[in-house]
Amino acid sequence: MSVRSVVIRQFELVAKQQNIGLAPLADDPFLLDSGLDSLCLAVVVAGLEDELSVDPFNAAVPESRLPVTVGDFVQINEDAVSKHA
Amino acid sequence: MQPYERRSVWDAISAAGDLSGRFLCGTEKVIFLAELMRGTSLTGRAESLRGRSVLLRTRDQLASALAILELDGIVRRMVLCPPDLKIEDLRYVAEAVEADAIVCDGTIAEDLSGLGTLVPCGTELMSGACERGAAQATEWILLTSGTTGRPKMVVHTLATLGMTVESSVAHQRPVWCTFYDIRRYGGLCIFLRAVLGGDSMVLSSVGEPPASLLERAGAHGVTHMTGTPSHWRQTIMSPAARLISPPYLRMSGEIADQAILDRAREFYQANVAHAFASTEAGVGFVVNDGLAGFPAAWAGTTHVEVDIKVEDGSLLLRSRRVALRYIGSQSDVRRADGYVDTGDMVELQGDRYNYAGRRDGTINVGGNKIHPEEVEAVLQTHPRIRMALVRARKSSITGALVSAEVVLEKDPCCAEERTKLQDELLQFCRGVLPRHKVPAIIRIVSELPVAVTGKIARRDA
Repeated sequence: MSVRSVVIRQFELVAKQQNIGLAPLADDPFLLDSGLDSLCLAVVVAGLEDELSVDPFNAAVPESRLPVTVGDFVQINEDAVSKHA
Repeated sequence: MQPYERRSVWDAISAAGDLSGRFLCGTEKVIFLAELMRGTSLTGRAESLRGRSVLLRTRDQLASALAILELDGIVRRMVLCPPDLKIEDLRYVAEAVEADAIVCDGTIAEDLSGLGTLVPCGTELMSGACERGAAQATEWILLTSGTTGRPKMVVHTLATLGMTVESSVAHQRPVWCTFYDIRRYGGLCIFLRAVLGGDSMVLSSVGEPPASLLERAGAHGVTHMTGTPSHWRQTIMSPAARLISPPYLRMSGEIADQAILDRAREFYQANVAHAFASTEAGVGFVVNDGLAGFPAAWAGTTHVEVDIKVEDGSLLLRSRRVALRYIGSQSDVRRADGYVDTGDMVELQGDRYNYAGRRDGTINVGGNKIHPEEVEAVLQTHPRIRMALVRARKSSITGALVSAEVVLEKDPCCAEERTKLQDELLQFCRGVLPRHKVPAIIRIVSELPVAVTGKIARRDA
């Protein structure tokens, strides 16, 4: 399964758990406009860490950056997974 | 005379000199400080509350702010109720503080009977005489979460709350803004910092989306803005981040790591400070050098009027900002030598002390403190659960998350049933606990780790 599909599945899972309607997940929308707030996002990142064994937003990761759009978020995870591999 | 040495906040504002153009901004209204000279937000009833013990229960932060300015120095006690205070806890507090009256705005829809005289307040100023003659040092009661589940009532005065810690950026016409609620210690200190100096402030509102606060803060030219590191991570991820450009940012309420300090400084090209404070110990210190933790050389010394020391890995503080006492508790805020044990652990790394979490295992999710025992108690009321262990899991977004491990009465037969049960447990918690207390992860395990003492080992996940 691609990193993108894993990320999107986590978004959907957390949205369902939190009873939140999720906006369609294209690359352009701002992450915090997707319907998930920072607490939800933290749960998504924890889920991804369990599944992909990476947390690219960890402060200890050199040159880590915070995502602004959904596309950023996917890209940062894809980069982290390919570095980790 | 320092502003906090005045008899009331209003006395200090009156002495602050030219108030023209200085304002308090709420979500729906802007009130100019000069207008307060000529009006009342309490329908002129402040005088009837003289010498009384009063609960302040409003939804709107601006309504609370205006009531504070009218009641300080008039009432004997003023209890600032945080917006999420449950009605049963409000009744418990009312009894403990011997409340005579409850001041509330029109947006409270709950049964407040038996809590004393109801005094309406709001953000509309009624013109007319407003006495505001301070006669006594009001006790300010702040509520914090207690391990027993009941709020702890912490007593301060204007003198302990209003001693400011100066920012490293001087500004001719500062405009303050905070993500915090002014009914809690962190937000209240910023509010007092603003009004005691005759400065302006943009107040947040319960449930207001961060982008909306940023928009209002930007529109009013915010110069000094404060929040938790999680607030700032969220801000930098927000499309509204560029609506503000404050020259000074401060972080507190949870551990500020080096990454968020660096990101905030680069993003805003601002001076970024982080502070240590607690409701009981008051503001300990502000770190202005841009580095995480604090200089080890501060321990064992007096730094900006605060005695700092580290004992058994715990940070201890002693200063004139320490709370006076608790109401309704036998325990003392401070030890016999005057120090407050903050319960925050620090570790010496090189020439810095870095924060290492709470001694009692309290979990800090984006500035919201959670006692693991409370969540465990909820989980253990579920008929399928025999034992539960709740601890912190590190999060790069909110600092920490709540993580739970549970031992079941009877193990599920298959993976599908396991997943279904995990969902059911999450929904169960969601029905009982506020969002930030609901475990982000619930793992079903066959046993829980037991320490040599025989207790369940509660170390971070």
